[in-house]
Amino acid sequence: MRLNTLAAATVAGLLGATPVLADLVFPSLSYRTGPYAAGGIPFADGYADYFTLLNERDGGIGGVAARVLECETAYNTEKGVECYESTKGEGALVYQPLSTGITYQLIPKASADGIPLHTMGYGRTSAANGSVFEWVFNYPANYWNGASHAINHILDENGGDVAGKRVALVYHNSAYGKEPIRTLEELSAANIRFPMENFIGVWWSGSENDVLPAGAGADGYKSLNMHNVGADFPIYDDLKTHVVDKGLAAGAGDQLGTVLYNRGLYAAMLAAEAARTAQGIHGVGEITAAMMRDGMEALEITEARMGELGMPNFGPSFSVSCDNHGGPGLGAVQQWDASAESWSLITDFYASDMEVIQPLITADSEAYAAEAGIEPRGC
Amino acid sequence: MLYREAGEFKTAYAADAATFPIAFDRWRYYGVLAIAFLVIPLTINDYFASAVLVPFLIWSIVAIGLNILTGYCGQVSLGTGGFMAVGAYAAYKIMTAAPDLNILIVVLLSGGVTAAVGVLFGLPSLRIKGFYLAVATLAAQFFLVWLFNRVPWFYNNSATGQISAPERSMFGFEITGPMASAEAKYLFCLVIVFAMAWLARNLTRGRLGRSWMAIRDMDIAAEIIGVDPLRAKLSAFAVSSFFVGVGGALFFTVYLGAVEVGEAFGINKSFLALFMIIIGGLGSIFGSFAGAAFIVLLPVFLKNVMVGALGWPTDIAAHFEFVILGALIIFFLIVEPHGLAALWRTAKEKLRLWPFPH
Repeated sequence: MRLNTLAAATVAGLLGATPVLADLVFPSLSYRTGPYAAGGIPFADGYADYFTLLNERDGGIGGVAARVLECETAYNTEKGVECYESTKGEGALVYQPLSTGITYQLIPKASADGIPLHTMGYGRTSAANGSVFEWVFNYPANYWNGASHAINHILDENGGDVAGKRVALVYHNSAYGKEPIRTLEELSAANIRFPMENFIGVWWSGSENDVLPAGAGADGYKSLNMHNVGADFPIYDDLKTHVVDKGLAAGAGDQLGTVLYNRGLYAAMLAAEAARTAQGIHGVGEITAAMMRDGMEALEITEARMGELGMPNFGPSFSVSCDNHGGPGLGAVQQWDASAESWSLITDFYASDMEVIQPLITADSEAYAAEAGIEPRGC
Repeated sequence: MLYREAGEFKTAYAADAATFPIAFDRWRYYGVLAIAFLVIPLTINDYFASAVLVPFLIWSIVAIGLNILTGYCGQVSLGTGGFMAVGAYAAYKIMTAAPDLNILIVVLLSGGVTAAVGVLFGLPSLRIKGFYLAVATLAAQFFLVWLFNRVPWFYNNSATGQISAPERSMFGFEITGPMASAEAKYLFCLVIVFAMAWLARNLTRGRLGRSWMAIRDMDIAAEIIGVDPLRAKLSAFAVSSFFVGVGGALFFTVYLGAVEVGEAFGINKSFLALFMIIIGGLGSIFGSFAGAAFIVLLPVFLKNVMVGALGWPTDIAAHFEFVILGALIIFFLIVEPHGLAALWRTAKEKLRLWPFPH
């Protein structure tokens, strides 16, 4: 037992002193290694680059520098716990766990510690009910919205009538909310010669990584998305001037413009805007995690604001409220063009059937509240 | 000079049969216990409990469990992850069915359930040996994970198949759930580890342990001298699965709080446990602790050095972790094929002669 006490003491010594710095800390629980690294790298790059841009161009958020604290999870729950515990003491404002497994872990923990979670398009869908899940946000859309988007799109394509047609859900049988695994569909589809345009993946199965390996076989494949694609936005000019050309880009700097890089940018933008909102509400620059939560709950993303940020029509405009932490659940459909090797949105951001989804959210969140002994707060 | 038998006079059989016959060893053992029970709880924080010590303690129990089966009884098992899952899901079902039951009893009952399942999957060991048995236990691993993924009864029909541990407390202190303090979680695991390690140590040097080792060393010879292979093998499976089940229950209730069977108890966990006992030392309780420390603490330590102290990018550090860990495993297995426990044993032999080796 001597060895372990020695090792423990050494680790303790190393962890002993972590200085408290006056800045806004955004932990990034990234997965640049492991089986899902292909998806984790662009997201982490986008998330980091946006904050680098804010620091370089605007001197931070509301004059306070943002600091991205990256911790490698490899999409692994145990490493996620380690990352959470090691970063929460540094003044973390909001966690984006990225893995549904880690999210389930962190929902009770972060709520107890008073640190908001933002699970954008993954995690526990019923966390949209803000009166039960005070500290968890999943705007702008969740999996159940996604399912509805897909069905709505199918209805659209078929003139509103799908009688006699089958809708099959091809899913990965695991915790990722039984979410569709990224590549599986394309590859199996390519092998079974099923028409690609009849496939609609959820947003985590709609990146370049998912279609490039299938080559021309993936042409016409559709997937959902909650934000726009491509690099044709004014913010990319700023990114080039202030981040890439200065050699400050995260990772290898080769992911700009990919779907998941854009998602990282989008997540960072929402986090930064929430921080800005929180600064406005509380009138201080150096906000705490609790203030950040207030900012997330009062977040309002308008078309005009996205335009100011150099991201016009980058995502849907929406607002968050005390009882609705999920936003309106808007999404769009994107399609892959294998010859041009590019994704493009083929619809506007459109609504999902909230009258179907809302009762499900209410029922599931109330079941959680009963199980965990949470008294829903009045909204 | 300090570490030697000379001058130790025993006046009772009990003293003669002590686990630590050398005074220096005994005092070292008491010292470790004093630090573990009295010093660490006063200095522990959330990070240290959740990310370092609790997983280490839990993996130690699992490693001791597997060591009983593989190291002492010679039955290779690749089903450890599956048996941990049995412990975790048993704990979940018991906790949700009987909310008032003490968490300690829940954990022990989960171990009991796992022991029964372990005996069931141990039955083939009476007919098949070695690699073939490893494959049979591999089947247990996959079957159990499949079962907990597919049958909604085990996860109370939750939408995602995740199970979450409800809050439970002991003596007024929360042990499970998000409000549990670092001290409570650590001490709860430590008490169980201490009791289980003590039990394992005494089982393995008693009649039962000797019958296991006889089977391991040569099963036909053991049978001829009167060891019943049915009893020996199945008792090894039962005791080993009990340990692994307790480890799995703690892994779910105290450590993670929410698990999904495929990710938390996949085949990787079976390999991890096997690596622990191979690196630590087969057939050694100390080896189980050393192996668990090597596999659990070293990556965290390396991460903190490379990312925290040296400020390297996280992905490069993560890759280097694999390289360093792999290189160290190869190094140790070349230098000491019998594991860290054998290294420790050699060190003690040298210490006996020191400072006059001739």
